[in-house]
Amino acid sequence: MNDETRPGEAMPAPDPATELTRMTAAELSAAMGAGQVSALEVTEAHLGRIEAADGQLHAFLHVAGDSARAAARAIDERRAAGDVLGPLAGVPLALKDVFTTTDMPTTAGSRILEGWQPPYDATVTRRLRQAGVVLLGKTNMDEFAMGSSTENSAFGPSRNPWDLARVPGGSSGGSSSAVAGFEAPLGIGTDTGGSIRQPASVCGIVGVKPTYGGSSRYGLIAFASSLDTPGPLARTVLDAALLHEAISGHDPCDSTSVDAPVPPVVAAARQADVSGLRIGVVPELGGEGYQPGVLARFTEAVELLESLGAKIVEVSCPHFTYALPAYYLIAPSECSSNLARFDGMRYGLRVGDDGTRDAEEVMSLTRAVGFGPEVKRRIMLGTYALSSGYYDAYYGKAQQVRTLITRDFEAAFEQVDVLISPTTPTTAFPIGERADDPIAMYVADLCTIPSNLAGNAALSLPCGLAPEDGLPVGLQIMAPVLADDRVYRVAAAVEAALTQRRGGPLLDVIRGPAGLPAPGAPAGAAPAAGTAAPGGAHPGGSSA
Amino acid sequence: MTDETAMEPVPYEDAVSRYDPVIGLETHVELGTVTKMFCGSPAQFGGEPNTLVCPVCLGLPGSLPVTNRTAIEYAMKIGLALNCTIATQARFARKNYFYPDMPKDYQISQYDEPLCTDGWLDITVHDPSAGDQPRPFRIEIERVHLEEDTGKSMHVGGSTGRIHGAEYSLVDYNRAGIPLVEIVTRPVAGAGALAPEVARTYVAELRDLLRALGVSDVRMEQGSLRCDVNTSVAPRGAAEWGTRTETKNVNSLRSVERAVRSEIPRQAALLDAGQRVVQETRHFNEETGTTSPGRSKEEAQDYRYFPEPDLVPVAPSRDWVESVRAQLPELPAARRARLQREWGLSELDMAALRNAGALDLVAETVAAGATPADARKWWLGELLRTANKSGTELGGLPITPADVARVAQLVDSGAVNDRLAREVIEGVLAGEGTPDEVVKGRGLAVVSDDAALSAAVEEAIAANPDVADKIRGGKVAAAAALVGAVMKATRGQADASRVRELILDRLG
Amino acid sequence: MPIDRAEVAHLARLSRLALTDEELGHFAGQLDQIIAAVARVQEVAAEGIPPMTHAVPVTNVFRDDVVVPPLGADKTLDQAPAVEQQQFRVPRILSED
Repeated sequence: MNDETRPGEAMPAPDPATELTRMTAAELSAAMGAGQVSALEVTEAHLGRIEAADGQLHAFLHVAGDSARAAARAIDERRAAGDVLGPLAGVPLALKDVFTTTDMPTTAGSRILEGWQPPYDATVTRRLRQAGVVLLGKTNMDEFAMGSSTENSAFGPSRNPWDLARVPGGSSGGSSSAVAGFEAPLGIGTDTGGSIRQPASVCGIVGVKPTYGGSSRYGLIAFASSLDTPGPLARTVLDAALLHEAISGHDPCDSTSVDAPVPPVVAAARQADVSGLRIGVVPELGGEGYQPGVLARFTEAVELLESLGAKIVEVSCPHFTYALPAYYLIAPSECSSNLARFDGMRYGLRVGDDGTRDAEEVMSLTRAVGFGPEVKRRIMLGTYALSSGYYDAYYGKAQQVRTLITRDFEAAFEQVDVLISPTTPTTAFPIGERADDPIAMYVADLCTIPSNLAGNAALSLPCGLAPEDGLPVGLQIMAPVLADDRVYRVAAAVEAALTQRRGGPLLDVIRGPAGLPAPGAPAGAAPAAGTAAPGGAHPGGSSA
Repeated sequence: MTDETAMEPVPYEDAVSRYDPVIGLETHVELGTVTKMFCGSPAQFGGEPNTLVCPVCLGLPGSLPVTNRTAIEYAMKIGLALNCTIATQARFARKNYFYPDMPKDYQISQYDEPLCTDGWLDITVHDPSAGDQPRPFRIEIERVHLEEDTGKSMHVGGSTGRIHGAEYSLVDYNRAGIPLVEIVTRPVAGAGALAPEVARTYVAELRDLLRALGVSDVRMEQGSLRCDVNTSVAPRGAAEWGTRTETKNVNSLRSVERAVRSEIPRQAALLDAGQRVVQETRHFNEETGTTSPGRSKEEAQDYRYFPEPDLVPVAPSRDWVESVRAQLPELPAARRARLQREWGLSELDMAALRNAGALDLVAETVAAGATPADARKWWLGELLRTANKSGTELGGLPITPADVARVAQLVDSGAVNDRLAREVIEGVLAGEGTPDEVVKGRGLAVVSDDAALSAAVEEAIAANPDVADKIRGGKVAAAAALVGAVMKATRGQADASRVRELILDRLG
Repeated sequence: MPIDRAEVAHLARLSRLALTDEELGHFAGQLDQIIAAVARVQEVAAEGIPPMTHAVPVTNVFRDDVVVPPLGADKTLDQAPAVEQQQFRVPRILSED
């Protein structure tokens, strides 16, 4: 945290000398494959960027420089030995601190787990290591993934690279901040009610919630088991697809893991064609209460899709308006049970064990000290919703709403191939604005929650900047269960069109006070991006 | 503790003459699977503390359960053997409560969608008030469901081992996650004075059934079969049942019976005094044979059951159920009926065999070549006496049915006589080897060689001239005294009938 | 039904959270507001609509009854707040369960 941060001040882009940090995962992979750069150099560049920027971004809770270098060296050795390496070998990644890692502490953003060193790797962790991905460290998050801002982290909030006084979204805000802030080309998050898509949206990057069960939850510290979904964060649709593929697939350690082939997401990201696709706009996800600039960018995206040959129709999903209340019963109910194990008996924090207190008292003190207010709120809310006498009226009804929402999706997907909406009702909000107003905070997940309840795939893609604050706006694309490839296909088409129209990636708009030209951007784009005023809005967005 | 302990219980016979007891049993059985219910850690009894655990059964953050198929099949076997309906869809649920020996602070169990429902188990008890007449009872089974066991706490300080007064506790999670099947009966009414015996017989029958199914080692003393016993009483002829108490963790057949036998008079005394029976959990005290109230909770438990989101429903197909049914062995009741027929025994003979825990041993001894009569004779005679003396069960004696069959065979062939046979058995029990090895090692073969015996006969005659005279005088019966002297001199190894012949030849 | 301090105290006890008096009041207000908002689910969920427990309907997921090597006592215990005799040392337990 940096107290001198002024509102509106952006995180300066990396120096062109460290151009490696501006490259996408696909570009880095190609350069390493061609022998132009080593994995170690790539890793060093990103560690250097973290060193330079993380004091302000606070994206990482733990940076694993030594093990990252060792992993990178191992990749270089394997490449030198002629091993066939996967497409992400040697690419650095920021891992949300909710996945267990044997070589790094795992806290889930909570004081109660501070210093916990797990004895096993999460399946996602294991698959990343197998793919040769270099783990740079563990990223900040709202405590136990409960929140939309990282303000609920026990270790202080992360910052939005677009405006250091604003939140990077949450709960995967550390990963979104790291990726948008060029500390890593790739990040892993988890999405329970929008915790990948919302931070991706407010940080101007791509974030995907795969189909529930498409990526394993084994070793993911549970928030709400029936909703939690690991997924990728990246600066491009293709990078997200490459990462999606690397972490996906059936896992016998997760009973809810889907035993089906991984949808062809990488091929879809390369296809980038929406001609003939039927795209549904959900009227329930928009309108009153949404920031005008968000709606303006969304409307432009709809027009863009139409111009690319998609057929746009309006598809009503009447029960989506009940998604938020249903979610705030189901997720807290599951969390009240999932978080019971943090009782100070076997691992993590123990408070008050002075020989006079009994186990129940020590448990209660440990949990009172170890959990933050939002976690306590949700545990009690869930305890209430599951209590005898209230179960049917709350948890039971919420599960029925879940059925209704799923039916809405099924009916909609009979008419259209994908559904679209804004990802969030507003752009990034200032740190502190909603900190003690839970309901205001919960509204951030209004558009993302339906896909968690129904389990289908959904992606957030940056679609420009809101004119009123110059901050990124996300377009959400939703596809049926196990049709994850469709969200990539549509996103890639929009991304290609927007990049062409804008003359370069959206993130190149982020300018430091020095007004350094964005490295790697096409020459023609430089003037448009170069007009950003320090501490003010980003005109590059309004022209997108 | 309440002051009820001061109240004198009503004499049992008096209590059951005026009150009708209703009992119910919840039995927990640890399954004999190789691994635990939801992870691959070994499901073993004992072991060094905390060596049989993994992230899943330790409930580490991020770990997830995956159901053991064999545990489901074992539970289905139990359900089928108890004439239950196997659900077309069953579900696991979380039972939420905090306890240090429960790693996740919730137990994965089954709640409103158990695997097996609506079965029964037929038992027979013998009514001592009616000349030990057999009385059949059908115990209705409400449900059979699966859950996971907890770890074990050891309480340190105070009177060590007891929860009260302990300074702290040590927890070993080796047992955490071992599959448990819970078998719940419907209330059993109408047993009257026989209620304690019905409870005991039900558990014994269930134990035999589980053992026959091969799904558990059903060792009550190791806690792999544990009972909670519900008891209530109501005035005879009352339209409604009384308030029940639940006596937890009753861990032997005898204790099951005693728990009911002590709870009925206690409740009767309360009702006689115009007091109410409190619905509560009670503990059975092995030493006194009585129950005492558990520590009452400040507030009622609210387990907040909800469907376990980490596990998917279990939906056994018809084919699967039928293939499990096809694997069921001959069940104990059917087997007993068959053996009774084959061995030509009465109900009471069979009951005696079962009560002694000798049925399987006899059957195996017969299978090893002995006649049913011989097998029964040895197990219910010499061996039962030895077991009772040493306070072990028959099955715990270090002798196999094959050994016993061999002993019977040795007697049959005349190689040893009954007295020597007892010595052979003593030798086997003492760890001296097989019966043949004991015979050889102790030199126990019967001596029937005339040359060897004649010398002993001569000595006996010489030492007992007056007896010899009697025999000479025609008192043949007196020969027994000389036979005894010869047997004594040969340390019982002589062939007694041959000795008698030799004596009569010599003096006749 | 409104959530008052007594209800929050009950929930806190069920949840093993030692809350201060100040927290009780604070959470009571917030939980009351949240529960009023989420009670909207009661408007639509009619009878005959099945509850949905899993996002993707799958049944019969099992593993074979085959041993996976355990962690070993060292790894099992090395994160424990207190260890004695190769066991987890915990404060005294008052109630049996």
